Amino acid sequence: MARRRGPGALTIAALVLAALIALIIPLPRLVAPLRPDFVALVVLWLCLLSPRPTGLVVAFLAGLAVDAVHGMLLGQHALVFSVIAYIALKLRLRIRAFPLLQQSAVVFALLALAEFLAFWIDGVTGHAVTEWTRWLGVLVGAACWPLLAGLLERYLPRA
Amino acid sequence: MSPIQDQDHRNLLLEGPSLGLRLAILGVLSLALMVADHRARYLEALRGAVTAAAYPVHRAVDAPFAAWKSLGGELTSRATLQAENVELQAENLALKLKLMRFESLEEENRRLRGAREGSSRVVQRSLVAEIMKVDLDPFRQRVLVNKGSSDGVYAGQAALDAKGIFGQVTRVGPVSAEIIMISDPEHAIPVAVNRTGVRTIAVGTGQPDKLTLPYLPRNADLEEGDLIVSSGLGGVFPPGYPVARVVDVTRDPAQPLLQVAAQPLAALDRDPEVLLVWFERTIIEPELELEPDAGTEAGAEAPAAATSPAEAREPAPASETAPAAAGGASTEPAAPAGEAS
Repeated sequence: MARRRGPGALTIAALVLAALIALIIPLPRLVAPLRPDFVALVVLWLCLLSPRPTGLVVAFLAGLAVDAVHGMLLGQHALVFSVIAYIALKLRLRIRAFPLLQQSAVVFALLALAEFLAFWIDGVTGHAVTEWTRWLGVLVGAACWPLLAGLLERYLPRA
Repeated sequence: MSPIQDQDHRNLLLEGPSLGLRLAILGVLSLALMVADHRARYLEALRGAVTAAAYPVHRAVDAPFAAWKSLGGELTSRATLQAENVELQAENLALKLKLMRFESLEEENRRLRGAREGSSRVVQRSLVAEIMKVDLDPFRQRVLVNKGSSDGVYAGQAALDAKGIFGQVTRVGPVSAEIIMISDPEHAIPVAVNRTGVRTIAVGTGQPDKLTLPYLPRNADLEEGDLIVSSGLGGVFPPGYPVARVVDVTRDPAQPLLQVAAQPLAALDRDPEVLLVWFERTIIEPELELEPDAGTEAGAEAPAAATSPAEAREPAPASETAPAAAGGASTEPAAPAGEAS
């Protein structure tokens, strides 16, 4: 029996690329810290609602792309995204059954974990950013989740 | 696991090596990358390649803004252009007038310094680079410019704007480069107080309108409004260019060091373009006092930075820095103490 396929490799690449662009489009300085990590959201969506064996690799590559585009320590987001993708893949069966709001709560936890890991790596490499505003993106990201999941659900087939 | 979940698990099969193994492999891979990127300098070539790979994305984001700007240039009215022209001509005249004085002053300066200073130590060549409209990490004060190694840009190059020192190049791709601003918390620039010649280090705070001078002793001669210029120590920045103006000096009796806030003169968050400069650099041994947390240790580092005004007047040659760092702790308190109050 043929399994239903989720979005293909091209679609995923396009999604990640769009998220990357959303990540660096210039925003006013006051609003910029509010920007959620769009790439993390896309990675989570792929792993939760359209899981595939290559989910971790996609997460890793997307993380590398973020590091390259942001000019950060190479491998930082690759590690962070791999970890949250792993947890998302492990929990996907439970989370898929959650209503959207509850999914948002899980996404909040995962994004917070991602931010914490990034924070920690920043600290270890001596680039610590201790401003509390860096956590705002996590909140906004979780708030964006229903919208994003709804949109993607509507236009892309679930696996 | 319940049978139902087992069933489900087979439906959403994730074949191949187990997830945990995959994570372990990818984790080790990214850790290796991080260590290599953080520790080893031989990754410069790879970094350049990465910057190059990211360029299309940067370009895609920047392109609409650049197009809008050029469209605005096309559609400027005649009257606006004429007005601008008049303004620029006036400014040009004023600048020429200043330059006339500058040349004689420079000559005089060179004579006074003697033959030791062969070169004038001012900027010899500059390149205008436009800042791309791309947001890098909002918590780091960095920008991307549209010039790279193909234009001769190199890592560690100084960047200025019309008002003062802007930052330095950290990473170079073939056609783009990343500049760290002087206000980045990871950035420190060797400076001198223009009025007294006291040398110290200005450290970024993460806010584009604030620098701190954390290594000045409490009795150092510093006032609000003092101009801070680059000292040229370290060889990255050309000496004598304006960096910041002191806006707040707090003398807290409980602290061994001054708390100084200075406002950068360069329009760090508003500049549309910067100047990348080439100048003849004298080789100077790097100083060891760049660590921000070292200053808190009983002020041992601070006196070294603030040598007595008399000897600090001239931009320091290499021989002068070492004795200052070694003997500063004992000699310093005598000199500025007299003029502090």
